Amino acid sequence: MALSKLLESWPVLRQLREGDPLGLGKAVQSPRSQMLVPRIDEAEHVVHSICPYCAVGCGQLVYVRDGEVTHIEGDPASPISRGRLCPKGQASKSYVQSPLREYKVKYRRPYGTRWEELSLDDAMDMIADRIVETRAKTWRKKTGGGAPANRTMAIGNLGGATLDNEENYLIKKLMTALGIVQVENQARI
Amino acid sequence: MPSLGTSFGRGGATTFQQDLQNADCIVIMGSNMAENHPVGFQWVMEARERGAKVIHVDPRFTRTSAMATKHVGIRAGSDIAFLGGIANYILEHDLYFREYVEKYTNAPVIIDERFVDTEDADGLFSGWDPEAGRYDIESWRYEGMEVHGAAGQRGEGFEPSGEQSGHGAAGGGLHHGEPPAEDPELEHPRCVFQILKRHFRRYTPEFVAETCACSVEDFVEVCETLAANSGRERTSAFCYAVGWTQHTTGVQTIRSAAIVQQLLGNIGRPGGGIMALRGHASIQGSTDIPTLFNILPGYLPMPHTLSYHKLKNFIDSNTSPTGWWGEFKSYWVSLMKAYFGEHATEENDWLFEELPRIDSDNSAYFTVQQMLAGNVKGYIIAGENPAVGHANGKAHRLGLAKLDWLVVRDVVEIESASFWYDGPEVESGELKPEEIPTEIFFMPAAAHTEKDGSFTNTQRLLQWHWQAVEPKEDCRSELWFYFHLGRLIKQRLEDSEEERDKLIKALRWEYPTHSGIREPDAEAVLQEINGWEIESGKFLTGYPELKDDGSTVCGCWIYCGCFKDGINQTARKKPHWEQDSYVAPEWAWAWPANRRIIYNRASADPDGKPWSERKRYVWWDESDGSWTGLDVPDFKEDKEPHYVPPDDAEAEEAIAGGHPFIMQADGRAWLYVPQGLEDGPLPTHYEPHESPFDNPLYAQRANPRRQQNKDLAEDPYNPVADEPGSDVYPYVVTTYRLTEHHTAGGMTRSVPYLAELQPAMFCEVHPDLAREVGLEHGGWATIYTSRSAIEARVMVTDRVRPLQMKDGRTVHQVGLPYHWGKRGLITGDSANDLAHMALDPNVHIQEVKAFTCGIRPGRRPRGPELPKFVAELREQARSRLEASAVEPPTPGRTSRTPSASGGRGEQDPRVESEEARKTSS
Repeated sequence: MALSKLLESWPVLRQLREGDPLGLGKAVQSPRSQMLVPRIDEAEHVVHSICPYCAVGCGQLVYVRDGEVTHIEGDPASPISRGRLCPKGQASKSYVQSPLREYKVKYRRPYGTRWEELSLDDAMDMIADRIVETRAKTWRKKTGGGAPANRTMAIGNLGGATLDNEENYLIKKLMTALGIVQVENQARI
Repeated sequence: MPSLGTSFGRGGATTFQQDLQNADCIVIMGSNMAENHPVGFQWVMEARERGAKVIHVDPRFTRTSAMATKHVGIRAGSDIAFLGGIANYILEHDLYFREYVEKYTNAPVIIDERFVDTEDADGLFSGWDPEAGRYDIESWRYEGMEVHGAAGQRGEGFEPSGEQSGHGAAGGGLHHGEPPAEDPELEHPRCVFQILKRHFRRYTPEFVAETCACSVEDFVEVCETLAANSGRERTSAFCYAVGWTQHTTGVQTIRSAAIVQQLLGNIGRPGGGIMALRGHASIQGSTDIPTLFNILPGYLPMPHTLSYHKLKNFIDSNTSPTGWWGEFKSYWVSLMKAYFGEHATEENDWLFEELPRIDSDNSAYFTVQQMLAGNVKGYIIAGENPAVGHANGKAHRLGLAKLDWLVVRDVVEIESASFWYDGPEVESGELKPEEIPTEIFFMPAAAHTEKDGSFTNTQRLLQWHWQAVEPKEDCRSELWFYFHLGRLIKQRLEDSEEERDKLIKALRWEYPTHSGIREPDAEAVLQEINGWEIESGKFLTGYPELKDDGSTVCGCWIYCGCFKDGINQTARKKPHWEQDSYVAPEWAWAWPANRRIIYNRASADPDGKPWSERKRYVWWDESDGSWTGLDVPDFKEDKEPHYVPPDDAEAEEAIAGGHPFIMQADGRAWLYVPQGLEDGPLPTHYEPHESPFDNPLYAQRANPRRQQNKDLAEDPYNPVADEPGSDVYPYVVTTYRLTEHHTAGGMTRSVPYLAELQPAMFCEVHPDLAREVGLEHGGWATIYTSRSAIEARVMVTDRVRPLQMKDGRTVHQVGLPYHWGKRGLITGDSANDLAHMALDPNVHIQEVKAFTCGIRPGRRPRGPELPKFVAELREQARSRLEASAVEPPTPGRTSRTPSASGGRGEQDPRVESEEARKTSS
């Protein structure tokens, strides 16, 4: 009967009948909201990660579908964060998918007035050439006072506090072997 | 962190965030934890729910203050006066933890009779060399110590300092780990305890109230609360962040807290400790495995141009006869084997003589001056934004514009990549793109979700993050970039016969790669960091297994054990609810040896029993003959509490069973630091480099050892105190972060939600100041210093208090967040453009938490008018200063002749980098 159907759809009745007196659960779902599922349900896999912002080290769960991050939320298993994230951590899906993210190498030639395109391979070759050349030209075996130096003071490397330990390890290892001593990061700032 | 390193032995937070819940009192100072470490702050709230007192001492009233049980507002830059006052109050009222201080600190040690305190020399310690602008630390030593170890280098002008210091290097002359002269009664006039008492005697509550602009009552309440919540039954913790470090006295500020916590017996115990709150995901990691000029992994020093010419000399100088630094050679040789493999041999001194040498300061602020001087040709920036994030941004941008080539790696095009066409200097006409010679490569970086790797968080915890998706197009990890860069360079040099290419040819640089882009395997790198035994290939379980004969490989000795049993320990993700205690030792891995509270032997009394049932953590189990408890004991497992080392004992064997600070040569926490700090064995109150005040204690106004750039045109300083011209810049300014943004903004101004939440640069000013200068809430203000001028929206609020000073003056403070720049979804002026580059002498950190400025209503001038505006004000200040200069200074307290660079009657420290410049040419 149309009338009984109408009565049955009356939320108050459904709340009482379905054991949801406060109307916070199933009783107040509409046909549309009944169809909704959390986007994390559609994820193909979930990856344990760590928030990239401050040093509290909150646990993150990264949900992935079709090779794209679909959601990032707090990892309840972390004894430090217990599932919580701050506004930055909660926005980290928008960070990794920022509308301003750059995906291509950009090149500015000396005295240039605009960015130009450059392939990644060419950029790597050119950077390697620059380092080899600058280093050869500016190498100092000894200081002005005659003390051993084994270095170039014409090249520097900056950054590290946002990087992984493994990355910092390779940076310091490579720079030391190249005699580049001006290696620095945000610990100074 | 040489402050924590020299005080306790290791440069890291002594505790972990979750343990804050056990504190009976938490003092948060130099930090706005609720807003900047919000998720960590839940543990402070847990403690408060359990009845703990939470005290916030800060120039601003923030959300941390709102959640605290007590907020005390102080003047920016007066922290040492406040903390020294606490130390004095504890000492004067006998509130210290007597047994802890006697047994676990160097309080009883007698100091060399030549030592003279700042209190007796008007603000200078003994050994000050006005010519060199530095201290000779000979007279700071323990009485009767032989000249040994690093001391042997003194003739060559170099002492260990900075990050590599404080690791027990002053062990020379200790017999069985004990200092030569002690007074267990703490009464000898030259014992540390009495020196400390005299040193802080003038830091009375009245002095604190006047210097810090707080009330005597508030200050005494803090002291009483701390003391009442420390001792056998109770513990108090300190939390700090860059509000303490970013000063020309940054290291000594943290030292002050280390002294207070030692006196109260709060180190190594649950609910105690000093929690260093760091601001980048792996800033602790990037110091442990450093991308820093002066250290190698595990705080091993880089060889110096002025000393250590031979391996033997280097090893001897850095080996402490006692304590864990006695094994220095094992750590060193294992690192060289990790770097150079079979090419590093005993016969060639593990390639020691080929290694590059550093000067005393080759830090980032040194490098920018070298750029400005045209000496630096190439620069690689990876995940840092100096054009916005470094003090005096303009100097950095002008420096970048002088390079031949520049590589910038980031996820978005940051200001350090775009300065050449849209920087403030292009707008002002000071730079023209067609005149800038710099060749620039912008390389898009992979985000954390696009790579495997580990971060070391603020509590020394290495946490692995797994890759979720492949990086797109040209985006690559730093692991990829540096690995392939190294590979390409090695290819180019493989046939080189040049001597300079010997090391790069010898470099071990083979890592397995995976996926289409040939991404190096991050776990393979972590395995090298952990290390293995060469013959068996077996992964090492901890640093005690390292050998000095070249039979072990280890890329970072303090991280040894992170790949124990062939398992990535940093990737352990056992939920906290499945673990037995709140310590959760099976979540990730902490250095050293997975210990969560370090120095935890101190949680037990000298007999090895918990100080109290309430505060039990690690104790001696008589029946088992071993240390046990909730955490991994930070002590040799079977060393009895009453073990006395034999006279000939060396290294760890020489540490007595009752001495918990096993990295220190004498096994104790250091109230007084005889070696390892540039600016004194004890903290003392100095004014910031720029401040409107004289030093109430001494004619020596600011830290005499601070680094200044007096001859650098790009870094001019404001007149200070009551120097003529200081009225051009009459206000105290402090910079800070907001919850919704991160550092220089590259990771947040590009995020739509965050940009919407905090859309605009603003300044915080008190209603009185707003009235005084005519600022309108929501309107514009121009803030200026000798360096630059910026504009910001005005936030009129009583969160920043005016300072009521003793002399009747009212001095206002201005608060500035520093996240903005020229790019992003939201843009604004950079607060750091206002700051100067005077630095702390130990760690070369800049003073952006307290300097001076002027402020006026309205927007700043545009285009060429901006530098003109700044120069006119600077000239106005300078002309007043010069007009008043009459006679040359006379020594002593009465000398009051102004100088253009800040400070009257002051020692005139030499520009630090001059020495380096000379030796590098």
